[in-house]
Amino acid sequence: MSILTAPSFQVDTHGYYGPFGGAFIPEMLFDNIEHLRRNYLSIIDDPAFQADFHRLLRDYVGRPTPLYPAPRLSQRYGSRIFLKREDLNHTGAHKINNAIGQILLAQHLGKTRIIAETGAGQHGVATATVCALVGLPCVVYMGELDVARQAPNVARMRMLGAEVRPVTSGSRTLKDATNEAIRDWINHPEDTHYIIGSAVGPHPYPDMVTRFQSVISAEMRNQLQEQTGMPNPDMVIACVGGGSNAAGAFFHYLEETSVQLVAVEAAGLGIDSGHSAATSVLGTEGIIHGSKTLLMQTEDGQIIEPYSLSAGLDYPGIGPLHAHLIKTGRASTYSVTDAEALAAALELTRLEGIIPALESAHALAALDKITFQPDQVVVLCLSGRGDKDMATYIDHLDQNPTA
Amino acid sequence: MSRLQSLFTRKPREILNIYFTAGHPTLESTGTIIRSLSDTGVDIIEIGMPYSDPMADGPTIQASSQTALSNGMTLPLLLEQVREVRGQTDVPLVLMGYLNQVMQYGPERFFRDAKTAGIDGLILPDLPLIEYEQHYRTLLDAAGLDLTFLVTPQTPPDRIRALDAASSGFLYMVSSSAITGGSSAFGDAQKEYFQRIDRMDLKNPRLIGFGISDHAAFANACQYARGAIVGSAFIRALESGPPLEEIIPAFVAGIRGTTIQNLPSILSSTDRS
Repeated sequence: MSILTAPSFQVDTHGYYGPFGGAFIPEMLFDNIEHLRRNYLSIIDDPAFQADFHRLLRDYVGRPTPLYPAPRLSQRYGSRIFLKREDLNHTGAHKINNAIGQILLAQHLGKTRIIAETGAGQHGVATATVCALVGLPCVVYMGELDVARQAPNVARMRMLGAEVRPVTSGSRTLKDATNEAIRDWINHPEDTHYIIGSAVGPHPYPDMVTRFQSVISAEMRNQLQEQTGMPNPDMVIACVGGGSNAAGAFFHYLEETSVQLVAVEAAGLGIDSGHSAATSVLGTEGIIHGSKTLLMQTEDGQIIEPYSLSAGLDYPGIGPLHAHLIKTGRASTYSVTDAEALAAALELTRLEGIIPALESAHALAALDKITFQPDQVVVLCLSGRGDKDMATYIDHLDQNPTA
Repeated sequence: MSRLQSLFTRKPREILNIYFTAGHPTLESTGTIIRSLSDTGVDIIEIGMPYSDPMADGPTIQASSQTALSNGMTLPLLLEQVREVRGQTDVPLVLMGYLNQVMQYGPERFFRDAKTAGIDGLILPDLPLIEYEQHYRTLLDAAGLDLTFLVTPQTPPDRIRALDAASSGFLYMVSSSAITGGSSAFGDAQKEYFQRIDRMDLKNPRLIGFGISDHAAFANACQYARGAIVGSAFIRALESGPPLEEIIPAFVAGIRGTTIQNLPSILSSTDRS
C-alpha cells in the first residue's frame, strides 16, 4: 500500500516525527535502546514473526474485532457511526495487541524477564497475560492511587502470576509508574525487556507500539470496504492519553488527508481547573520519559501532575506522533471532562447495550461536540470495556439516581 | 585551564566528589553545605538541580528532589545561591540535572548564567551524544563550561571513546548498571570493566560513581580511578538529625577514613548506600 511509504507522518531514521521524538535516555539504557533501534524493524518484518503475531491475534486475542454500525448512536448524532470493538479483545482492551507483539520481540531478543508500567491496569493485565502465555516472570509498576481505583485489574494481574509493585512517588499514577519501570530497567539491563504500553518513550518505542497497534486501522479498512464500499471513513475518533489506541486507529489513514483524525483528551475537572490532563492545550515542548514531545510543565521545567478520573488518560505527556499530528493540524483535538465522559458512558450503555471503559467514554463524549453531516461515515475506536470501571460507574449512578 | 582541569593536574588520587540536591534539606542550605564541604577538603561538589522526574536517580535522591521542590527551589534561585557562595570557595562546582530543565530555561542563557554564577561543569545524564554534537557543543564551549558524560559496563569501546572525546573535566564511570544508591562491594565483572577502561588510555580522568557509600567503597574505587562520587549516602546523612555543620565534616572524614571525634552514631552504623 502506498500509504505505508508516504513520508510525512512516519517516523524518520533518527526517531523523530517532525520536531518530536528522539531518545533522551541515560547511558545506562543506551545499549538496550540502541539494540532495539537497530533490530526492531528486521525482527517485526520477518515473515515468521508476522505469522506468529497474526496467528496469536486471531486464535488467542480473537481478532479481527468487529466494526459495529451503531444504529441508535448514529440516530442520536445524525451520522453513520461505527464502533471499532477493541473492547471485545481478550483482556478487554486494545492493549493486548502491543503486548503480544512485544512479548514475541522479547523472545527474539533472548530476554528472560518482563517489566511494564500501567495506569488503568489494562496494559498491566495484557502484559501479565502474555507473560503467562509464554512463561516469563512479570513485574508491573502501578501508581498507588491507580492500585486503589483499579482493584479488579490488580487482582487479575496477581492471578496471572505477575508481581504488582505499587509506586508511592510523585503523583502515584501513570507518570510515576513509568519512572519506576525505567529505573528497574536501568538496574536490570541485560535480562529484562520493558514492554511500554503506550506510544510514548524513547525511539523506537512510539513507532514499535504504533506498528503493533496498526492492526486496528488495517482491519477498519477491510471492514469499511465490506460495509460501506469504501476503505476510508470521513472521520476517525479516538481517546488519547499517551495515544496507543489512537495511533493504531489513525495509522493507515495518516497520509489520507480526506480522513479527519480526531484525538480526544481528558480535561479532568476542566481545562482551566488546575486538575486536567489535556496535554495539547496545556502542554509545551519538552522531554518526558525519554521523548521530546508536548507535556504539561511549569516554567521551570518541572513536570506537572495531571488529573483525570480515567487512570488510562491521567498522563502529563502525549506520544510524539500525536504531538506532530496536532501541531501540524493533521489531527484535531477535543477535551472532555470527567462528568461528560461519565454521561457518555451511560449513554452508550443505554443506547447500544455496551459498557465502555472510562477512557473510551472520553472519545464518545466528543460526539456531542462535533457537528456531523447525515451521511458522514465516522469510526470511533472503542478502546476498552468498562468492567474495570464499574465501581466508578455505580458511584455515579448512586449520586445521580435519575440518570 | 578550568578549575576541574586544574584540580586533576594538581591532585593525582583520592579525588572526592560529593553530591547534594539543592534545596534539601532546607531551601537555604545550599550555601552552608557548599562551604562546609569545601572547608573539609572535598575536591569537587556536585549540585543536583532538583527535578520532578529524575529517571537516572534512585529513591533517596528522588525523595530529596521532591523535598527541594516542595521547599520552593528553582533554577534562578539555585544560581543565585551559587553566586553568593562562590566568593568564599574555589572548589570546582558541577551542576547535575536533566535536559528538560535546561531546555525550558533556554540552553544558551542557562550555560551563560551558570558560568557567571561560578559553575565549572555540567552533568546532564539524558543529553544524547548526537544532540550534544549538533546543538550543545558550541554553546558549552562558548560559555566555557566542562561537560561530563557517563559510561557504563555495557558501553561499547568505540562509544566510550566518543563519550571521552565529548567530555571535558572528567568522565563519570557508572560502577554497575544500577541506579544511584545501590550496594557497595565490587565484583569481578566490575573490576574487569574498570581495568578494561583503564587500559584504553582515555584523555579524561575518571571518577567512579553509584554505590559509593562508605570508606571501604571509596578506597576500593580509588584503586581503579582517580576518585569517586558519593551521593545517596550523603543525602541520608544530611537527613540524620544533627546540624549540617556537624554532620558534614564527620561524614567526609568517614568517607576519607580519617578519624574524627564525636562521630555521630548514624554515620558509624551499617547504613548501606
